[in-house]
Amino acid sequence: MGLVSDPTEISEPAVSAAVDAALAAIAAANDSAALKTVRAQHTGEASPLARLNALMRSVPGDQKAAAGKLLGQARGAVAQAFSAREAAITEAEAAAQLAAETVDVTAAASTWTPGARHPLTLLQERVADVFVGMGWEVAEGPELESEWFNFDALNFDEDHPARAMQDTFFIDPPEAHLVLRTHTSPVQLRALLSRELPVYVVAPGRVFRTDELDATHTPVFHQIEGIAIDKGLTMAHLRGTLDHFVKAMFGPEAKVRLRPNYFPFTEPSAELDLWHPTFKDGARWIEWGGCGMVNANVLRSAGIDPEVYSGFAFGVGVERALMFRNDVKDMHDMVEGDVRFSQQYGMTV
Amino acid sequence: MRVPLSWLGEFVDLAPGTTPEDVHAALVSVGLEEEEIHRFELTGPIVVGQVLEFVGEEQTNGKTINWCQVRVAPGDELAADGGPAVHGIVCGAHNFVVGDKVVVTLPGAVLPGPFPIAPRKTYGHVSDGMIASARELGLGDEHDGILVLGSLGLDPEIGTDAISLLGLDDTAVEINVTPDRGYAFSIRGVAREYAHATGAAFRDPALAISPVASTVAFPVTIDDQAPIRGRVGASVFVTRAVRGVDPTRPSPAWLIARLKLAGIRSISLIVDVTNYVMIELGQPIHGYDLDRLAGGITVRRAQPGEKLVTLDDVTRTLNVEDLLITDESGPIGLAGVMGGQSTEIGSGTTNVLIEAANFDPVSIARTARRHKLPSEASRRFERGVDPAVAAVAAARVVQLLVELAGGEADGLGSLHDATPDAAPIILPTGFISGLIGLEYTPDEVRSSLAEIGASLEETETGLNVTPPSWRPDLTDKWTLAEEVARIVGYDRIPSVLPVAPPGRGLTHAQTLRRQVAQTLAATGHTEVLAYPFVSEKSNNLFGLPAGTAGTGGTAETGVPQIRVANPLDGEAPFLRTSILPGLLQIMHRNRSRGITDLAVFELGTVFRPVAGIRYGSSVVPPGAVRPSRQLEAELNAGIPPQPLSVAIALTGFTVRHQPGQPAVAAGWQDALAAVRQVALASGVAITVRQGSHQAMHPGRTAELFVTTDAGLTSVGIAGELLPRIARDADLPAVVAVAEIDLSAVFAQAGTELHAIPIATMPAATQDLSLVVDVQVPAGEVLQAVRQGCGPLLDQAELVDDYRGTGILPGRKSLTFALRFRAPDRTLTAAEASDAKLAGVSVTAARFGATLRE
Repeated sequence: MGLVSDPTEISEPAVSAAVDAALAAIAAANDSAALKTVRAQHTGEASPLARLNALMRSVPGDQKAAAGKLLGQARGAVAQAFSAREAAITEAEAAAQLAAETVDVTAAASTWTPGARHPLTLLQERVADVFVGMGWEVAEGPELESEWFNFDALNFDEDHPARAMQDTFFIDPPEAHLVLRTHTSPVQLRALLSRELPVYVVAPGRVFRTDELDATHTPVFHQIEGIAIDKGLTMAHLRGTLDHFVKAMFGPEAKVRLRPNYFPFTEPSAELDLWHPTFKDGARWIEWGGCGMVNANVLRSAGIDPEVYSGFAFGVGVERALMFRNDVKDMHDMVEGDVRFSQQYGMTV
Repeated sequence: MRVPLSWLGEFVDLAPGTTPEDVHAALVSVGLEEEEIHRFELTGPIVVGQVLEFVGEEQTNGKTINWCQVRVAPGDELAADGGPAVHGIVCGAHNFVVGDKVVVTLPGAVLPGPFPIAPRKTYGHVSDGMIASARELGLGDEHDGILVLGSLGLDPEIGTDAISLLGLDDTAVEINVTPDRGYAFSIRGVAREYAHATGAAFRDPALAISPVASTVAFPVTIDDQAPIRGRVGASVFVTRAVRGVDPTRPSPAWLIARLKLAGIRSISLIVDVTNYVMIELGQPIHGYDLDRLAGGITVRRAQPGEKLVTLDDVTRTLNVEDLLITDESGPIGLAGVMGGQSTEIGSGTTNVLIEAANFDPVSIARTARRHKLPSEASRRFERGVDPAVAAVAAARVVQLLVELAGGEADGLGSLHDATPDAAPIILPTGFISGLIGLEYTPDEVRSSLAEIGASLEETETGLNVTPPSWRPDLTDKWTLAEEVARIVGYDRIPSVLPVAPPGRGLTHAQTLRRQVAQTLAATGHTEVLAYPFVSEKSNNLFGLPAGTAGTGGTAETGVPQIRVANPLDGEAPFLRTSILPGLLQIMHRNRSRGITDLAVFELGTVFRPVAGIRYGSSVVPPGAVRPSRQLEAELNAGIPPQPLSVAIALTGFTVRHQPGQPAVAAGWQDALAAVRQVALASGVAITVRQGSHQAMHPGRTAELFVTTDAGLTSVGIAGELLPRIARDADLPAVVAVAEIDLSAVFAQAGTELHAIPIATMPAATQDLSLVVDVQVPAGEVLQAVRQGCGPLLDQAELVDDYRGTGILPGRKSLTFALRFRAPDRTLTAAEASDAKLAGVSVTAARFGATLRE
């Protein structure tokens, strides 16, 4: 120790020396530990300033005020220096701490692995949302269906070539008349039988045909069916609905073209072509599905008088939509369950 | 249907320069969808040549080739390839003599293949071109020798362009004919449609020839004792005889070329003519060797056990529904499907009996299906043939056989026509405009209907419309609306958005379904879609409910399951009772592609018939009439339960090794985490209990329950697969799986929650360590703690499970972190301790739990 000689009286030089020594020590302290030591040495009980303070007892009464003031100023200066230095050191030490904590944010470990939805289900949800936004509802029906719902009620005569053309999976024994539905159209009937008129519903779902899997076919695929039955519905309403639908799905440039075709469950019937503005190789017409005015016999199957009510129906393929919309070239990618396929899409399609 | 353009142009004007693409576009606009374009894929120069001389040269390989001098241009003119008028050509065929006119493909020509022709060195000569066979030209399968033009009855000038001579410059457009438009299976019908599309003039070939009445009756009896669905098998039956046909006459080149483009192989002149008329008029024709017929013809149904050898040499056992053509010898043909061998037209046939009939579409369709014999004829009859064209077609065959085959029209023949008169369709004024949403003028309606061949009668309220004989599909006013709409043009139909009544949005179950899928995806699972076809073994293994304990293997009794009658994959003919087999297969496929860390899920239908119920319905009600409530209920009761299921499967690592992050292997906890995610997304509490299942690890299986009015209902399983099962699926030993019946879970969803006020008073936390037997489930101890601690307990969690030093063997120490809180005051430590001890005493009573020292 012995920073300064032991004072014997409270004199200005003695006080200044003590203060100077303290300030110098404070300035020299580089971290909070050093500062703590300095604080003990220069403000503790054995510090010069403390010892000078102890001399106050022997200061004559008339000088007490001056000596007190002198010492007070000295303590104030030292305390101020301490807190300034302390703040600086704390700040520097915090900054050093933070600097030491620097990580490589590009190498962050993840405690979870991303999952994904299948784009076929996402696409069906998107289509459903467009129609729900128009006030339509989403209807459902069983995948294993009665022949009546899948064929007879939809005006497929048991001997009509159209029925044989459906490549149907039949359930054993065939005389039970159960099939894997070949289209989502049986949901039309279920909706009409179970709901109050008017009916405006879409039915997305899985359907089945005995096609071997190849680049453009799969025995298990998805359709979205729409049906509207009301008083006074016309083919112009069908076109209007489809126009709105494709614009909502594919942008304002999209439009539909109707071409005459044949389906047992509609009359008149039309092929639905889509003008797809964002096709990878340039905008073009794409055959997307079938539509038409609901056949009077279908309405009769549901107990609806075709002289009073009319309506339209349409059906589109979801796989096909994914193919042209997202440039999927091979059906295998959609059905094989390779997780890389779904993971391209993540949570949105 | 393939339509050669030269043929089409006979009946409808094709504007000069009309391309196949133009024709396709026009036909598409009226509803005949475009398929391919067919051509003879060859280019010239291909010319007529005459063999001037040839020398046979024997080769070391034993073959003899002919070194021929062939004149390919008259006089001193240059040949079409710019070469000399006489070309030296090597030819391997021997079916020709000096002076024969042949088809020479000169250097520069390209034959189908593509096979370019150039001078080439061969057998010691430079062969400057090639003498072509019919097959090399794409005309047929004949490859026994070169095509000698004299055999086609041709004697053209030397140097003539053989491509146009043989009709090889023709092109056919292929169109897809929808099942309602049988008449478009003819050049006649397509020409009419082309006229509708373009406004070009149509010349009906059926009007170009008049049937001639027979003078000697050929005996024909229509004797249908068992009409199908009330329709007699043959409504029209016309026969005509032609005698003295020269069996050596070849089919003319143009006929062969047109048939070839139409997709039909040339067989013999007589057969070619019958096919030609079928393509032209749409009327299938059958020709019999008149000399091989025994007596007259009877059309009848087959008798039980009757047999017939058809043209294709197959002996067919007939069904009593089959409609037959018979003579006194017995069956000689399957009506409208295929003829019999015994009366077949052969190479020596000179006298022919032609049959042009109209058969019931249903009868023909069933027979063709039953005998797996789809033919050009059956395809047309199934879709409906114009009953009025039979006699015309017979006359046309007679005409061609006389013209081309040197035959003589015989007076022998017959005509049976029981076609009912067509009933008019009543078309009220304004109906079509009201259905289509476009105001058609009365004139547009009338002229459109007239254009398709309908006859019209004005009435006070509209029109009586009688459809033409070739349009059996026009049956009501809606079908007439389609005709008017398509003739005027679908592109004229305006776009009007209808306003639906206010909807109710997605149902709660539909929303939950999406939410479950989103949640699982957001927590690291990837959605896949497996086919629902599985083996019986898979169903037996995974389809059983939880609680079927065992160490693996197939349950002896099996699971009730549904078999597909005509599966694509004979190994997997059953409909899945569980999604898991599909997920295991998908995981295996991913692993074989090098993706080893997998967490996949699928939401989908499973097919779960109940044992002892016979599904389906023995009767299918008719269409076009609403079934009675009872019948409808029966139909629905006949459909097996198809609940919505979700399955999750994981293998490998859920978290891979990363800087500062060790890898985390997938295991049973992940399956249970997925269950909690499903429960959270559904808003339904799922209770987990120790369980067992034959496909699952005996110690790492949870059974899952929801609470219903009837108490706890099992809804699925979660845990790890039995390692042996994982190995059988070519997967690592640890595969975590869960499957939950979402239909059952969603059935409990949607009850409205009554919120508990959030207490804000200070909490007191205490730890509690209880020692119990190791087999006591921690979950049940926790439940007992909760019950015992009472309402002051705010939260309780299991934080440790300790076994070892300080704890007796067979016992474990479970530590719970407890948080106590009162809603209205600050709890004292004593109150919290009392509550805790109340919990301890419940666990002591229930499980023999003791406080850990």
